[in-house]
Amino acid sequence: MLPIVLLSILGLVVLFLGFQKSKNLLLPATLLVLAIVLVANFLHWNDMPSLYFKNMLFENKFTMAFSGIVIFSAFLIVALTRGFVDDESAQPAEYYTLMLFSLVGAVMMIGFENLIMLFVGIEILSVSMFILTGSDKKNLRSNEAALKYFLMGAFATGIMLFGMALLYGATGSFNLTAIKGYVMANNAPSAMLYVGLLMLLIGMLFKVSAAPFHFWTPDVYDGAPTIFTTYMSTIVKTAGFAAIYRLLSGSFSGIYSFWWMTLAVITVLTLLAGNITAVYQTSFKRMMAYSSISHAGYLLLSLTALTNQSQSAIVFYSLAYSIATISAFGVLMLVAKETGVHSYENAERFEAFNGLGKKNPLLAFVLTVSMLSLAGIPLTAGFWGKFFVFSSAADRGLTWMLVIAILMSTVGIYYYFKAIIAAYMREGELSAIKVSPFYRLILIATTIITLVFGLMPDFLKGLV
Amino acid sequence: MFPLATPSIPDVVQSIPLQNYVLLATTLFIIGIVGVLTRRNALIIFMSIELMLNAVNLLLIAFSTYKSDPVGQVFVFFIMAVAAAEVAVGLAIIVMIYRNTRTIDIGFLNKLKW
Repeated sequence: MLPIVLLSILGLVVLFLGFQKSKNLLLPATLLVLAIVLVANFLHWNDMPSLYFKNMLFENKFTMAFSGIVIFSAFLIVALTRGFVDDESAQPAEYYTLMLFSLVGAVMMIGFENLIMLFVGIEILSVSMFILTGSDKKNLRSNEAALKYFLMGAFATGIMLFGMALLYGATGSFNLTAIKGYVMANNAPSAMLYVGLLMLLIGMLFKVSAAPFHFWTPDVYDGAPTIFTTYMSTIVKTAGFAAIYRLLSGSFSGIYSFWWMTLAVITVLTLLAGNITAVYQTSFKRMMAYSSISHAGYLLLSLTALTNQSQSAIVFYSLAYSIATISAFGVLMLVAKETGVHSYENAERFEAFNGLGKKNPLLAFVLTVSMLSLAGIPLTAGFWGKFFVFSSAADRGLTWMLVIAILMSTVGIYYYFKAIIAAYMREGELSAIKVSPFYRLILIATTIITLVFGLMPDFLKGLV
Repeated sequence: MFPLATPSIPDVVQSIPLQNYVLLATTLFIIGIVGVLTRRNALIIFMSIELMLNAVNLLLIAFSTYKSDPVGQVFVFFIMAVAAAEVAVGLAIIVMIYRNTRTIDIGFLNKLKW
């Protein structure tokens, strides 16, 4: 539980660093904090699973792996911010502090043992994200995204809380283990328990943007500043799935036959809605939003199966997805800044990548690897992520869902390749983009990680 | 003569059947949901969300009293504190939008479309 304490204290330190006139210290300080927290997170790797803070939080290898993914993604994203020096109206100290505080929420969501902690964690994460989404104050698109995210987020929280209240009424406790005990002891649980579980799940599925609760996602991801879109599509999603997994496996595995069909229908809807709508997008950023919905569908497939393999499958999948998304958005940010000088409207469309391969071979290669990984082509981490997810579904015998998922992942190849085709086949007047050495290093690192896990997936799979 | 001892609060709460509390909370909650889905004014939507949260609080307190278990009431404190934080951020977002567009009607928010 060291990460929560450290992030809270050091986050305040970063906030106070903002009083200095020079903002140059903020980026290295934040990176240092994240590096320390990442190390602290794995200090107890070999310990037995244990409970903290009067049975409020839980820690084992699974939660540590997930916190590790979240903190590592945050490290990469913070490294890509370049200190917000390009933007004069930006307030870097506040942004970095909110990012660090939102990580506290993410770690709490991953390690919750009590529904109170789940609620507090989700709120810490969401409220920070509402602010960061609207951080481009003069931009109407950012404003609109912030309001939509806020209203939808608060609405989902309300539904989730009602579910928790009903669960409390049915079982008499907020503790995961106690709820599990109740579910195991009562062969025919009350209707209140079922309704409560459903509403709790609906609230959580809102947060990870599963269909039919996904309608806010494209607008919010599109309107938010790209760096915070990256943050939302990786960290919020990873933490959300960890929380749903903890909830379902920790408390409700006993009534699997009740909820699996509901989750299966939602999974299929998510896969269809995400992939098919993504095909029609002209904006790369909006396509990535729908792609994040479709990846939520694959992760849900593994949760629906809920076998022994699901745990390592979703760890691997979240890591592969986060890394690939970060490098894709990293390239987009550079290219959009270059083309945005000429026309704001076209900056985030697929055409922005036209001719990228000729003058910027490195950026084109990074983009290609990340697209291949998201599409699930062999030799990238994304392929093994999909493979593990599909094999866990196969173990449970969910053949019909597997067929839909595989069909949809072939649809995915079409829209991911649109970016690669734009980069290599189309002519464009894109000149050579200047990339700072550190930025270049991060992009190379994410690409190498994607390829290494594509070649040696067992390395990570064996750990958890 | 001493007056009769005033009944304790749990006894007062329990003089009404639990079912009625659940019904009342559910009704309030549904009014909140309908408000969110049908109103166009950001502030009214906001109020409806608060109504949903307060319906949850009522439900939690009723359950907590009937079970003689304080945890539910502790949760209510958490909800109230977090809702206050959320209100602060939400109102700030609404003020920001009002400064830029001079309206808080969500129908005018249509910059983001596919």
